Amino acid sequence: MVQQSGKTPDISVRNLTVGYGTEKVLLQDISFDVRPGEIFCIMGGSGCGKSTLLKHIIGLYEPMAGDIEIFGRSIVRADEEEKQELMRHFGVTYQGGALFGSMTLGENVALPLEEYTQMSRAEIAAVVAEKLKLVGLEGLESYMPAELSGGMRKRAGLARAMALNPRLLFFDEPSAGLDPITSAELDQLILRMRDQYGATVVVVTHELDSVFTIADRVVMLDKKSRSIAAEGDPFELREHSENAWVRAFLNRGGFRGAERRREKSQRTEAEEK
Amino acid sequence: MIGMREVVETFREPVVFIGRVAGVFPHLFHRRGLRRREFLYYLDLCGARSLPIVLAICYLMGLVLGFQAALQMRKVGTEIFVVDLVGFSVLKEFGPLMVAMIATGRAGSAFAAEIGTMKVDEEISALETMGISPAAYLVLPKMLSMLIALPVLTVFGDFAGIVGGLTVGVTVLDLPMAAYCSRTMEVLDSVTFLLGVVKSMVFAVLITLAGCYCGFRSSADAQGVGRAATSAVVSSIFLVVIADAVIAILYSFIGY
Ligand SMILES: Nc1ncnc2c1ncn2[C@@H]1O[C@H](COP(=O)(O)OP(=O)(O)O)[C@@H](O)[C@H]1O
Ligand SMILES: [Mg+2]
Repeated sequence: MVQQSGKTPDISVRNLTVGYGTEKVLLQDISFDVRPGEIFCIMGGSGCGKSTLLKHIIGLYEPMAGDIEIFGRSIVRADEEEKQELMRHFGVTYQGGALFGSMTLGENVALPLEEYTQMSRAEIAAVVAEKLKLVGLEGLESYMPAELSGGMRKRAGLARAMALNPRLLFFDEPSAGLDPITSAELDQLILRMRDQYGATVVVVTHELDSVFTIADRVVMLDKKSRSIAAEGDPFELREHSENAWVRAFLNRGGFRGAERRREKSQRTEAEEK
Repeated sequence: MIGMREVVETFREPVVFIGRVAGVFPHLFHRRGLRRREFLYYLDLCGARSLPIVLAICYLMGLVLGFQAALQMRKVGTEIFVVDLVGFSVLKEFGPLMVAMIATGRAGSAFAAEIGTMKVDEEISALETMGISPAAYLVLPKMLSMLIALPVLTVFGDFAGIVGGLTVGVTVLDLPMAAYCSRTMEVLDSVTFLLGVVKSMVFAVLITLAGCYCGFRSSADAQGVGRAATSAVVSSIFLVVIADAVIAILYSFIGY
């Protein structure tokens, strides 16, 4: 793939093979780059290894082969300490929020600040309040995670991931299980993270609405060939991809949406008469 | 035949885990190295909240022990030796062992279930990607509170057990209370007592390690968490009994 911008990539995946055990290969020999300041979406059918790929990129698993460089440093070959150093530049939000159940919302968000900064209690409280406000949860510091709805937990997870103003943000299916309005709000939030804080964002998702709203570029993973089916601008791919499956995947939502809208307008017209 | 490789594989994971926990002990001396609130929570769970059951069980153990001893001693007319038998059994074995069993059921299984659930909810992954070592963050507070709670509970358990023996002595054997007490003071020594308390610290380490280890390797589903709690209890009891035997032999070398 030709590098369009001269900037070095924030994440560079090279000839990566991932899987479980020794037999079960999920993705074979894949390579792609994530450039600074872009919102990059990883798409594909369920079970094709999106979450697995994400967990490799953030250094939780060791790949079967290949290399992953974050800011030019390999997270695969890094030792424990180097890895933790790299991880401090990450914010990761998980499918269910992954808040610590024994701590209040405020303590959850404060945790990375307590671990990695020399801030005083008051300063930490101020940052916590700011981050919670950012995700629309202001004033809920003293709530326990169990007292929140799924969407609130996800947003709280995002506030915690943002606590140290990371340069890299990872999301695993941010809108799964959320109502359309909340998930649209989350999309806006992701855009704001990038625009205000200059973060580079990697999102695993198969919500087409979300992809077309936020993504600068996408990779589509194909389960059968265990490889990347397509990579590039989602609008471009929808119209001009050589791969029919990719076009169908990206079009389905659009077609259905358009049809439904047409049907609905016809119905309301009929009702008006 | 079991090959060398299988043996090495079986022990590799637990050993790596122990190494990891040992490696994070220096965290204790860092600023905010140990979460104080977590530490107090576990001290409460393993310590204060276990006290009533420890007192009850150790008292009953002392009672049963005294009763059985009384039946035998009465045959030969040496009732007063019930005091020695109950006293030494409780201080050397039953106090620390009963406390360890209760701690296994209460704390060991709770540790495994808690860590297993955190794994299901991806909280462990979240800790790792925050660059926080789960071993330091999750194991140390538990370990430290167990190291404080079990010896203290053992002191209480020892006392309750001896009172249990006293109850039998006074009621079944009609020994005067003063005689029972003075015989107790006469035969029991502080070294025996302290060695029992030290032994409970070994149990504390084993129970914490087994509980946390089973939690960390639990499979990430609800049934996995259940199995983790079960295997934490089973392996803790096993380890405690083995350690007890080894310690009995070691103590015999120094004459106790
Ligand atoms: N820890 C694991 N051990 C073994 N297999 C796993 C594990 N996690 C996921 N898998 C399998 O890997 C495949 C891909 O999973 P995943 O990456 O979660 O897919 P998705 O693209 O839906 O996020 C699935 O078939 C799943 O069963
Ligand atoms: Mg997934």
